[in-house]
Amino acid sequence: MKFSRLAFAVASVCVLSGGALAAQAQAPAGDAARGKAIFARVGCYTCHGFEGQGGVGPKLAPGPVRAWPVFSTFVRTTSRDMPPFTTRNLTDQELADIYAYLTAVPASPAPASIPLLMQLGGRSGLPCKRALPCPGAPLFYAPTA
Amino acid sequence: MSGSDKQPRIERRQFLKGAAAAGPALAAASLVSPQAAQAAQTPAGAAAPATMAVREQHPPGTGQPLAPGYVVGGDHMTDCLRALDIEYVASCPGSTFRGFQESIINYGGNKKPEFLTALHEDSSVHFAMGYAKITGKPMAAMIHGVVGVQHASMAIYNAFGDQVPVYIIAGNLLSEWGRRPGAEAAHSSTDQAQMVRDYIKWDEQPTTLRDFSNAAARCYEAAVSGAPGPVMLTADADMQEEAIHEDHKADLRLPKIGRRIPASADSGTVQELATMLCNAENPVLSLDRYGNNDKSIPLMVELAEALQAPVIDTRGRMNFPNRHPLNVSDIGGPYLRNADVVLAVEPRDLFGMVMALDDEDVRTPRPRIGQNTKVVRLGISHTSQKPNYGGSQRYAPADLDIQADAQGTMPALIEAVKRMAKPNFAARGERIANQTKNLLERAKAEAAYGWDASPISTARLCAEIWDQIKNEEYTVPTETNFLSSWPQRLWVMDKYYNFLGRSGGWGVGYNSAAAIGAALANKPHGRVTVALAGDGDFMMAPGVIWTAAHHQIPILFVIHNNRGYHQETMHLQRMANRRNRAVTTADIGTTIKDPNMDFAMMAKSMGVYSEGPVSNPVDLRPAIQRALAVVKRGEPAVLDIVAQPR
Ligand SMILES: Cc1ncc(C[n+]2csc(CCOP(=O)(O)OP(=O)(O)O)c2C)c(N)n1
Ligand SMILES: [Mg+2]
Repeated sequence: MKFSRLAFAVASVCVLSGGALAAQAQAPAGDAARGKAIFARVGCYTCHGFEGQGGVGPKLAPGPVRAWPVFSTFVRTTSRDMPPFTTRNLTDQELADIYAYLTAVPASPAPASIPLLMQLGGRSGLPCKRALPCPGAPLFYAPTA
Repeated sequence: MSGSDKQPRIERRQFLKGAAAAGPALAAASLVSPQAAQAAQTPAGAAAPATMAVREQHPPGTGQPLAPGYVVGGDHMTDCLRALDIEYVASCPGSTFRGFQESIINYGGNKKPEFLTALHEDSSVHFAMGYAKITGKPMAAMIHGVVGVQHASMAIYNAFGDQVPVYIIAGNLLSEWGRRPGAEAAHSSTDQAQMVRDYIKWDEQPTTLRDFSNAAARCYEAAVSGAPGPVMLTADADMQEEAIHEDHKADLRLPKIGRRIPASADSGTVQELATMLCNAENPVLSLDRYGNNDKSIPLMVELAEALQAPVIDTRGRMNFPNRHPLNVSDIGGPYLRNADVVLAVEPRDLFGMVMALDDEDVRTPRPRIGQNTKVVRLGISHTSQKPNYGGSQRYAPADLDIQADAQGTMPALIEAVKRMAKPNFAARGERIANQTKNLLERAKAEAAYGWDASPISTARLCAEIWDQIKNEEYTVPTETNFLSSWPQRLWVMDKYYNFLGRSGGWGVGYNSAAAIGAALANKPHGRVTVALAGDGDFMMAPGVIWTAAHHQIPILFVIHNNRGYHQETMHLQRMANRRNRAVTTADIGTTIKDPNMDFAMMAKSMGVYSEGPVSNPVDLRPAIQRALAVVKRGEPAVLDIVAQPR
């Protein structure tokens, strides 16, 4: 859902501003360390997690981070679940710093390298092991003695 | 009133006072029969052994008149609870039920029902919720007159919203004449159930002891019938404490609970529904308050497999195995949009199932279903709705509304569907299985993001816990949406008791307390109860872990400590952004830090094993291991985990 909205927002911007986008395609230089602090200070973390790993909002990092035009346009223009951050609250430089931070978040370990994750599996449940009738509870709706 | 000729009721207070002081005794005696006056002068202590002996000869639940030998009203009330098979009375004590409490303890021997000491009335009711979700039967919550009801009211609201039977007994001193000034007058009322009547199913305030069992039975029946819910029985303090007149003992009966058969749909309706489902190209099953017992899930699996239809579990209960190939809960959007028939099973909120309303400036509903989707509602979960509070929003009609118990209807529906099953169902099932087969892989990949982060990622926290309970029978009695539903995404959940749904009224404080009630119910089954409670939720009722320690209720109690009411931080952030004002202030009034809570110390102060704060993910495994060892010894253990917000 959120991605299709994002795509919609970007498509609209493309229609409206056409070739101007090409000029913006390159992200301005930013400072990742500063960006990390700003990411927390202005509240990005609340929905996306301190590492940009996602939560209520989608994952932003680790990469590939969305292209700068898509990213910056979305932050400035979104009017959906996530309201926009205007330049009044987040300068262009600060946004660039956040972008630098997200781009710099190191890749996560591959799930295959995490034993805890690798051993998750199976489509069926555990057999009931108890001697008691399992689960042995009377019912909300069904007959009771 | 209690001296009326018509009512077999004795003026207890006047008796007792009369026994103690000659003056008032004269006035009192004129109101009652000579036999009663005589009975009142028998010291209660002397009569008690006879009472116990007689009770043994007359097991409750037989519907027989009570045998002679009872001394006070509270004894009869105690027998009524026993006849209703109520095992526990969760309670924060209050003098408006002292007579009842003493009877439960000394007359009943504090066994079935047994007192469960709560440190807040809200917790008492929430304990009962968690217990009922496991056992399917009500626990009593005994609450003090007026103030206890006020404290309990939010939990009562949760129970009503969540359709969980809770048997609330409230004390009161009905007679204005006899109320002492001060607390006794302040804790009495004419109609205290009025405070919560909008969200209980039934209430009674019997005015004679003879009426008590009648009222007790009717309340019980209301609590467990149809869509279950909380009820309130007000027990008059005079009545609890009064001596029972010898002549009136024969009038007292114990409530008798017969078998209950839920209403299932008739065969014609079942046939019509089966035809709709079998003729549909893209039927979808959407489940809400369905999975309440051990038969619910196997039946739903059978139906889904007979149809080879996708299933969306909205997690109002544990409704469908999370790893079943037909479970599309996390990718349900397209299935709903393309559905020609949606079977909504026990939906509390049909609107929410078929429409979305996002938190935007202009709230435009977004249909989740297609224009031509036919919606069939099967269930009774909407039938306990009341006006005024909760549940009412935009109205969503069903094309076909089958007001029958869904589980009761399931066997006939399964048979009918099997008779009409078509060969092309298999291909549909295969398509769905293809789309769900990578969900776990996807979840693993997503869980890896922020794997080593500190604060600890919620995915890591849940994966670490699962690793150590995966060979146990277990229950997660707490909501999981604030943990990004990681248990549903990573664990194997396929028993109705693996997950207990939500609070019902979204009232914070539910999780921590309901978890204790669930753990109590799980104890005889040897299941591990794993509470995953928010720090904000826990601080609404921290005393619940003392109750667990006191009553030796084993539970692994994990605090998801994001140092705040994070849900509200996000709301404030959204407001500030929307208004284009300072976006750096969302922590004001929403975070719980400076100073940070020390939950481990708090737990220790209540005699509970604890560890934390744990903020380094590598420390998780040993901490969980040690805590689980304590739980396996039959005790509670608390872990304070400093974690990511969601
Ligand atoms: C009784 C009550 N008070 C306030 C709220 C508003 N509220 C909703 S979620 C929430 C935060 C709960 O904190 P916590 O359990 O720590 O969860 P978190 O959002 O921090 O993960 C609050 C205060 C509520 N729903 N119920
Ligand atoms: Mg919190």
